[in-house]
Amino acid sequence: MPVDINFMIGGEAGQGVQSIGSILAKALARGGFRIFADQDYESRVRGGHNFFRVRASDTEINAISESIDILIALNKESIDLHLSEVNGSGAIIYDDDKIKDAGKHESLFAVPLERLARDSAKNKLMSNTVALGAALGLANYDKNIITGVIEQHFGSGEAGKANIAAADAGYEYARANFKRAFTHNLVPTGDSRRMLLSGNDAIALGALAAGCKFMAAYPMTPTTTIMEYMASKAKDLNVVVVQPEDEIAAINMIIGASFAGVRSLTATSGGGFCLMVEGIGLAGMTETPIVVVLGQRAGPAIGLPTRTEQGDLEFAIHAAHGEFPRAVLAPATVEDAFWLTVKAFNLAEQYQTPVILITDQHLASSYATVEKFDLSRVTIDRGASLTKEELTALGEYKRHRITESGISPRAIPLEGGALVVTDSDEHDEEGHLIEDAETRTAMMMKRLSKMEGLRREIAPPRVYGTPEAEVTLMGWGSTCGAIKEAVSLATADGLKVNMVHFNEIWPFPSEAASDALRGARKIIAVENNATAQLAHLLRAETGYQAAGKILKFDGRPFSPAYILNGLKREVR
Amino acid sequence: MVKPADYAGGQTAWCPGCGNFGILVALKRALVELDIKPKQVLMVSGIGQAGKLPHYTRGNVLNVLHGRTLPAATAAKMVNPELIVIAIGGDGDGYGEGGNHFLHSLRRNHNITYLVHNNQVYGLTKGQASPTSDPGFVTKTTPQGAYNPIHPLTIAIAADGSFVARGFAGDTEHLANLIKQGIRHRGFALLDILQPCVTFNHKNTHAWYRERVYKLDESSYDASSKTAAFEKAQEWGDRIPIGVIYRKERATFEDQLPALTKGALVRQNLDPAKVERLLGEFL
Repeated sequence: MPVDINFMIGGEAGQGVQSIGSILAKALARGGFRIFADQDYESRVRGGHNFFRVRASDTEINAISESIDILIALNKESIDLHLSEVNGSGAIIYDDDKIKDAGKHESLFAVPLERLARDSAKNKLMSNTVALGAALGLANYDKNIITGVIEQHFGSGEAGKANIAAADAGYEYARANFKRAFTHNLVPTGDSRRMLLSGNDAIALGALAAGCKFMAAYPMTPTTTIMEYMASKAKDLNVVVVQPEDEIAAINMIIGASFAGVRSLTATSGGGFCLMVEGIGLAGMTETPIVVVLGQRAGPAIGLPTRTEQGDLEFAIHAAHGEFPRAVLAPATVEDAFWLTVKAFNLAEQYQTPVILITDQHLASSYATVEKFDLSRVTIDRGASLTKEELTALGEYKRHRITESGISPRAIPLEGGALVVTDSDEHDEEGHLIEDAETRTAMMMKRLSKMEGLRREIAPPRVYGTPEAEVTLMGWGSTCGAIKEAVSLATADGLKVNMVHFNEIWPFPSEAASDALRGARKIIAVENNATAQLAHLLRAETGYQAAGKILKFDGRPFSPAYILNGLKREVR
Repeated sequence: MVKPADYAGGQTAWCPGCGNFGILVALKRALVELDIKPKQVLMVSGIGQAGKLPHYTRGNVLNVLHGRTLPAATAAKMVNPELIVIAIGGDGDGYGEGGNHFLHSLRRNHNITYLVHNNQVYGLTKGQASPTSDPGFVTKTTPQGAYNPIHPLTIAIAADGSFVARGFAGDTEHLANLIKQGIRHRGFALLDILQPCVTFNHKNTHAWYRERVYKLDESSYDASSKTAAFEKAQEWGDRIPIGVIYRKERATFEDQLPALTKGALVRQNLDPAKVERLLGEFL
């Protein structure tokens, strides 16, 4: 029987929800299972309701499930809020010494978490580790794997030993006291050497693998952990990571850093991106390569600061006044996040223009198992540039020389000896400011001609499912896993459905999109926003129109089941 | 040896008699006297008449957005500390639009020189009040007179600026000397430069400044005392001090960046083995 099990840990901020969630995910990944884990948290440091979901399967998954098999409820609220999501054969682990009024429900499984923590580890704070052990005990999981992961997390000293003892106490208690038959028996299988990482981890690794040397960013959920990771490795990898006064400084810093010759990155969310908009235009005008990560959250204004949305696609495509080339890439999965970050740096330097990597809270803070990235497949293409010798032979260097491709070979200040001049005012080939109509027109055409090359770099949308589909679900970015799984579920239900999914969006791959949608009888846009922005873009760029929409803008991600329900409503 | 001709630049678009000419002359002179080659210089300039200066001489030039000289300039310095980075902008650019960057660049003490052409008025937009306009200064946007100016030098001292000076565009020899000191200073060197605007500021004219300025280096003034510097920075009216108002040696921002201990960032290559090791940490 295929394995597909879903754990949830619920509790207040500060109760260790994230900590045991990540240990659980790691332990299951170590056993060879594919993981998709997501976090739902409030914008507060203590209290509130948070949960961490860990879904494990023996086949590839890239989406959440809303049906819970094991709920670890660290407080009463977690039971009240999620009881209805626990499936018939599921279990709710809770501490009946602490939660006296849990009520009566057959899935409730009382475990004296705090007492077991005191008895086994002499520390009541380890009650959540006891709960972790109990959950894995229910699933009869391999104890050695659990021990190994706890040791990796807490070290082999006192803290590690105490946590192992606490997990063991929970494990044994569950084995001895759970009276119903638990249907999931998790036997470790297959490849146990996959990486387990978040979308943000993948972006940070992608940036480092691409040779990014400078990052300036202002902390903002959901992209802060990119900067934190980069900062933690700055010394070892010779990277400068700066937290300046605001996002305006951040983007102008990366423009200065890139002009001086290194690959540069910033990361923010919609609100910070609003402040960066003028810098996007400056990079376009001065032809300075930059990579900007825009991790979307629910807007406008502060919106839902810790929650997900896809409301900024058209904003990213159009941000800044004036007309200039840019690329917008939208990773679909954690693996995509790594490779598209590498691609973003290459495109930025090849076309000397801003590249926006648009993600969202869901992808940014969800964890997935992926095969270890093959670094031999990483290519670093820094675009057209002139060597010291070439510059010397050339005599006078023109930073913005007009060429057929629109790309002017770069020189780096001081390094090649040539003087590098550029201006935010309209300028001539040498970079000096001008006002005459002829030069203006020539420079506009030069810059915009880069769009042609850039367009050829954009990958076609991904198509999944039958070519004979009666309904095509169309989406972009982080919804890929959920849509794909919904297609599988719908197909199993006898529906003829497929998926067309975009992860490289601008310049819009109009021809490839038309090819992919030519046979589509009914297009349904599936977007985590209220106005179906991709559908709008599709119509503008190809004339194809989405006949239906499955939209969600409550700050929460799609589950495959949610999309399937929407699909059934649309085709009814 | 670097010659004045090495810094000969393009045709200027400033008004005849503009204070900017004095600043341009002083900057070129300072660079020549320090024997700095144009290719070693990166001028990062903002928007306003001051922002055009780099086009009228030679060097590497990054002209950015209004108020954003300092983020771009400081970052370029972090990437290549061997560049002589000079940020150039006006009072509106640096003290208005870029005020936040001004404060934080001072506190971080990046090793760059910042020339603020302070004419107490907006020139490029044709004569509106600036953050440093004198109280009562009447313009089209302040028909009742400008309100209350900011005092950039006191702000700079309070923000722990390590080199705080005022120059006068009408005394190029003195100004060139100040710019030289600023470039040689290890840390953020602020030069607030009194720059007469002959078209839009008929109050703070060449003659008005000339009657009032006096040189601190011709007095017994001690620029190392923060308390004295605060007093001196507030002196404005009948007598206006020019020269170094405050200086202090302290570590630069670049000093504490571990990556730079191995040389200029721009010359450091990626070691893929290190990334491979990072991937291993996620297994």
